[in-house]
Amino acid sequence: MHKYSNYESHHLPHSAYRGALSKYIDPRPLAPTIQLAPDLTALKLPSILPCMDQLPLFAETRLPWTVSDLSRFLRALVESEPLLQNIWVRGEVSNFSRPKSGHWYFTLKDQSAQLPCVMWRSTAELQVHILQDGDAVEVHGGMGVYPASGRYQLYVDEIRAGGDGALFQQFMRLKEKLEAEGLFGAERKRPLPPQPKRIGLITSPSGAALHDILQTLARRYPLAQVILAPAAVQGEDAPFQLISALKRLNRFVQPDLILLARGGGSLEDLAAFNNEKLARAIAASHAPVICGVGHETDFTLADFAADLRAPTPTAAAELATPKLADLQAALSARTQQLERYSPLALIFRERQRLDEFVLRGGRALRQLVLLQRAALEGLQAGLLALSPHAVLERGYALVSKASGATVTQVGQVAAGETLQVRVSDGKFGVDVKTADERG
Amino acid sequence: MAKPTDIEKLSYEQAVLELEGIVKELEAEVGNLDQAIQLFERGQALAQHCAAILEQAELKVQELTGDGELQDWNEGN
Repeated sequence: MHKYSNYESHHLPHSAYRGALSKYIDPRPLAPTIQLAPDLTALKLPSILPCMDQLPLFAETRLPWTVSDLSRFLRALVESEPLLQNIWVRGEVSNFSRPKSGHWYFTLKDQSAQLPCVMWRSTAELQVHILQDGDAVEVHGGMGVYPASGRYQLYVDEIRAGGDGALFQQFMRLKEKLEAEGLFGAERKRPLPPQPKRIGLITSPSGAALHDILQTLARRYPLAQVILAPAAVQGEDAPFQLISALKRLNRFVQPDLILLARGGGSLEDLAAFNNEKLARAIAASHAPVICGVGHETDFTLADFAADLRAPTPTAAAELATPKLADLQAALSARTQQLERYSPLALIFRERQRLDEFVLRGGRALRQLVLLQRAALEGLQAGLLALSPHAVLERGYALVSKASGATVTQVGQVAAGETLQVRVSDGKFGVDVKTADERG
Repeated sequence: MAKPTDIEKLSYEQAVLELEGIVKELEAEVGNLDQAIQLFERGQALAQHCAAILEQAELKVQELTGDGELQDWNEGN
């Protein structure tokens, strides 16, 4: 206590004591709602200071302090010590009480000591987790003295789970183990049905998560049938109940999809979702599982084991289902496709096909006629070329016997025989004078 | 196509599936005009049925009891 040694100094002027002391009795802003009973004037500084001045003398003369003065002095000592105003203390909660005032009172203890603690309403209201006797916690705050009951106590402004570090270590170890087993492998993740007909839902029947999910599903995909398998989502029995719900759904309902959900909480609250057996049950579930535990930052083992992880229960419901509007759009697209085959459209199309046939038929016919005509003309030309008349016109003559046989060799005719000679414009008779003169 | 069942009894998924089948069949243009018109009419009825289901759908919630029974469940009970 060397730093208070100046109390014993007799050389400092009076005002220096006043300054030094006022520092000690300054109410700490740490606990604004407590009335640090007296203000400076009420401390009766003039009366106390001479006493202080004479501290050693007190001891000698045994001049008594008042209880109040001593309490104030102790309080000033404690509340001025920076070390004591910013401390973490760990222990077990006992005698927890929460009166109507909203302040929290409890005792923090270990095997051999107890520390009274107070948490003011303004801070207590912000606590997500309500303390319970037996909780292992670490609390932060500043020490104070409460003269009315003559005891020191800790004004708590922050509480964290005492086992946090240990719990997290355990979580990481378990996670690594299951990871090594391949329980969280991407290849294990099953595809989700695009339009689940039956949706199994595992959550607390009284939680906000249930309400959020049902509301989301009703708005988004009211075609679904929801089968709720209620289960505690925190507490000792929660893992068992969650696993049982999962198994019952798979066995009795065979849903297309299972949603596993709860609202947010501390690592401690989510302990059930870090249960090894639950993680294994999720991985073994026949129906794909979406895990929606309301915690944005931390992943639970259930999240890793699930086929899909959603940051909140609402998000889980959204990821599980298509939007009604999308379905309607898809349906109207189909309807439009169908309209292309309405009887009217079909008749138009048939009509068009008929027209096409007629057109094509006409074209083919014309083509045929042209072709035939060309062929005919070719034939005619050929015929014409072969006609003997053409030869006769060039000055040749055709000689035939009376029998009509055409004469092509001298041996065919005898002297005195009458033959027919045909020229281009007619014929005349000739008598053969000499025969058998070969050329 | 399977033999036509009563459209009213079809679920949304079943109806949509059949509707898709009909559109595909029509697109393939097999069969005669009469058949096509019949397909179209059934398709139209299916589409109306689907639209009505979407319009009227109401989320159905049931609770699975411990012994595997399903019972109606209302929020807040």
